[in-house]
Amino acid sequence: MNKTDKKLKEVTIRFAGDSGDGMQITGTQFTNTTAFMGNDLSTFPDYPAEIRAPQGTLFGVSGFQIHFGSTEINTPGDNCDVLVAMNAAALKVNLRGLIPGGSIIANTDGFIDKNLKLAGYTSNPLKDDSLNQFKVYQVDITKLTSLALQDMNLSNKIVDRTKNFFALGMMYWMYNRPLENSIKWVEKKFKSKPEIAEANIRVLKSGWNYAETTEIFTVKYTIEPAALPKGKYRNITGNSATAMGLVAAAEKANLELFLGTYPITPASDILHELSMFKEFGVKTFQAEDEIAGVTAAIGASFGGSLAVTTTSGPGIALKTEAIGLAVMVELPLIIINVQRGGPSTGLPTKTEQADLLQAVYGRNGEAPVPVIAASTPGDCFYTVFEAARIAIKYMTPVFCLTDGYLANGSEPWLIPNPNDLPDISPKFRTDPNNYLPYLRNAQTLAREWAIPGTPGLEHRIGGLEKEDITGNINYEPENHDKMVRLRAQKIEGIANDIPLAQVHGDEKGDLLVVGWGGTFGAIRTAVDKTRAKGNSVSHLHLKYINPFPKNLGEILYNFKNVLIPEINLGQLNKIIRAKYLVPTIGYNVVKGLPFTTIELENKIESILNGDTK
Amino acid sequence: MSNLVEEVVTKSTTPNSKYTFKDFQTDQDVRWCPGCGDYSILAQVQRIIPDFNFPREKTVFVSGIGCSSRFPYYMETYGVHGIHGRATAIASGLKMARPELQVWVVTGDGDGLSIGGNHLIHLLRRNLDINILLFNNQIYGLTKGQYSPTSEFGKVTKSTPQGSIDNPFNPIALALGASGNFVARTMDRDPKHMQTIIKRAVEHKGTSFIEIYQNCNVFNDGAFFTFTEKETKEDNVVFLEHGKPLVFGKEKNKGIRLDGFTPKVVSLADGKFSVNDLLIHNENDSTLAFILANMTTNPELPRPMGIFLDSSDHCYEVEMQKQIENVIQKKGRGNLEKLLNSGDTWFIN
Repeated sequence: MNKTDKKLKEVTIRFAGDSGDGMQITGTQFTNTTAFMGNDLSTFPDYPAEIRAPQGTLFGVSGFQIHFGSTEINTPGDNCDVLVAMNAAALKVNLRGLIPGGSIIANTDGFIDKNLKLAGYTSNPLKDDSLNQFKVYQVDITKLTSLALQDMNLSNKIVDRTKNFFALGMMYWMYNRPLENSIKWVEKKFKSKPEIAEANIRVLKSGWNYAETTEIFTVKYTIEPAALPKGKYRNITGNSATAMGLVAAAEKANLELFLGTYPITPASDILHELSMFKEFGVKTFQAEDEIAGVTAAIGASFGGSLAVTTTSGPGIALKTEAIGLAVMVELPLIIINVQRGGPSTGLPTKTEQADLLQAVYGRNGEAPVPVIAASTPGDCFYTVFEAARIAIKYMTPVFCLTDGYLANGSEPWLIPNPNDLPDISPKFRTDPNNYLPYLRNAQTLAREWAIPGTPGLEHRIGGLEKEDITGNINYEPENHDKMVRLRAQKIEGIANDIPLAQVHGDEKGDLLVVGWGGTFGAIRTAVDKTRAKGNSVSHLHLKYINPFPKNLGEILYNFKNVLIPEINLGQLNKIIRAKYLVPTIGYNVVKGLPFTTIELENKIESILNGDTK
Repeated sequence: MSNLVEEVVTKSTTPNSKYTFKDFQTDQDVRWCPGCGDYSILAQVQRIIPDFNFPREKTVFVSGIGCSSRFPYYMETYGVHGIHGRATAIASGLKMARPELQVWVVTGDGDGLSIGGNHLIHLLRRNLDINILLFNNQIYGLTKGQYSPTSEFGKVTKSTPQGSIDNPFNPIALALGASGNFVARTMDRDPKHMQTIIKRAVEHKGTSFIEIYQNCNVFNDGAFFTFTEKETKEDNVVFLEHGKPLVFGKEKNKGIRLDGFTPKVVSLADGKFSVNDLLIHNENDSTLAFILANMTTNPELPRPMGIFLDSSDHCYEVEMQKQIENVIQKKGRGNLEKLLNSGDTWFIN
């Protein structure tokens, strides 16, 4: 039959199924192939905290959304154009995110009575008229998969586990993507289990062929490559970028990388990745708890390693006292918080920005720590590298904030040339004459790094207050006041060593939208869309939160209104108000989800229309 | 070791000096209470440490919080006075980063067994080559006199006016239970014995754990006098010596005999038993070590002092280094450019 080929600028697809249905793999495969085709893209894996929630239930639904196109893509898409639903629960949970007129590809075998009941449907939505506003493609994926494999004598369990590749094959056909990348991946992944590799490849091809030959699908779509900057690309997740950024920092610092950590969602992948980089001399230590993770890192830092600890919010709570120790002993330490929904255990697999005040202020005593935050998955690389630079140069712990959305989300990444990264090597003290542990560099106020093994520099450091210059224990009132101020000045002085804040759009105007962290893409897209309508609105993204860039105040005063959207109840907002005394407006939604572009556009437009509450 | 660290450390010439006691004293005033058992421990460490002829600059003392944890300030080596309970974790990180350093942990019954109990057991099972000195005075000294995890049941303190209702830890049994390979006990009032034990602990490859009975003359004076004072010591302490029978008593006329798995005191004076019937200590026998450790909680039996166990196992930091070297041998030293360009890549022109 005749099939038509249509061109699209961008499209958003959501794969949804049971947490055991392999939706994350399906999404990742589609992403890698799409990246390889030169589209710009952004992804949003959305999965439950339970490893294998009971089959067919609403809370067991795992989703993966990919937004890709021939234009610049900054977000995983507010809503999806196509929903692949492997069962009734997946449809129910994700239907509200599907645009009117969007497509549903439903696995009919996932809509049997049992599934309908578990999903809380009283009648089958594929059979009643509740989906009239959508294009529904009904495919018995389960049955077609088992038919494709019927001569292979595989267990039902194995057959069932390949059905996600049938769906993937259909989507590859629909969006004109080649199968080769995924075939290669399967061959590598199941190298030792050739029959499973063959089954997956066969099912993938069956899905493609099914879409090609049956009359169900009549249109396929082409999305041209995006006009990304020239160069060599790879697809990257935030956690991968973080791990590689740390290795790059250690290489450029000429130091051994030491990671002291304890597994926690969504930060564990950084440990997994770094533990594979042993050829770089990377030492990864899975400690008995979060506290041991950070204190071991402090020990390694005393020994002259580039020391890192990685965790999420609850882990930071445990590490807090040790971070204070690092402030006091003035040793370099990189603290990575992959933020998730809180408080307490909260929403382990969901994203949030509610640990900002914890990072900036959350310690006993006056314990200033620089705080920087990543804006996109690929930016995690540069953010941890910058954290390392500051930590080494200023002999201080540095907070590096990412979040669950950045950690697991991915984007095409222009691979940096290592030669373009700066040398961040420390200068260890070696001269034994007149060594004073707390004598400071006049410019940076950093003390010197003197490591064990250096004769004549034997010295003791610790958490008790230090006498200025000598580092001896000192309880004198004047000395304490001086040391508190010196530690604060050292961190404030970093403002002289970071780039000025850059406004996207006009330098003056009606509205400035200030954001930080993983909301970058949604804010940038919303600002661009409202600007395109002729509005006076600009975007300021803050990478550095402590200290702020020196020109921040000046920029804020140039706008009639300042909007600060955050996935918390207004934490950056509080800091900015306190420091600059500007009447900012907060936009705060804390659902464990990234912002949608449309909600930000609406907020921006309502402010421009005079609603500044 | 990274290039930079290696440069610093290998460039530095270790003076071929014979150290003395004085070389390990710092310019800081020692601030323990007069009469504190900690003075003796400091003195024994400073006396024995020159014997190892190990470079002072490669020696690091790490501590947590508590009276004992001031120790690093008084040792002219590198030192970290950490936070409460975490000395073992700080020391572990340092030892992993720099396996060639000689790393010591100085802790107490509160720091090591209460707030730091978790890190202590995990260090013992990982068996990093670190020497732990646990000063046990059965009381919280720095916070002025609350009961500790080794205080006896019924102990009346500031926080337990009606007596403690906690059962105490037996530090030796705890260390053995946590797979400690070198587990020993000594006391502040026996300098010679302490020096011998410390020397053996340093020679041991892997984590060594020494419980040191230490008198807190302000808040728990005399807690161990039965075992440390001349008048009572010999009848109440049995010194463990490898390959030798367990004999004790002023007249050397008592011994420990195993009745099944139960140690019992027998007299060597009444002709019923001779030295040949007694338990012979074997430092390498972990089963025996547990039996001896449990003598601690039996008031009928003398308190064992010495090395309960000295066995060997692989050390964490060595295995860690081995894995790295194996990978480097197989794959070659990592190349950053290659790493960044790994996986599926594509060009946009």
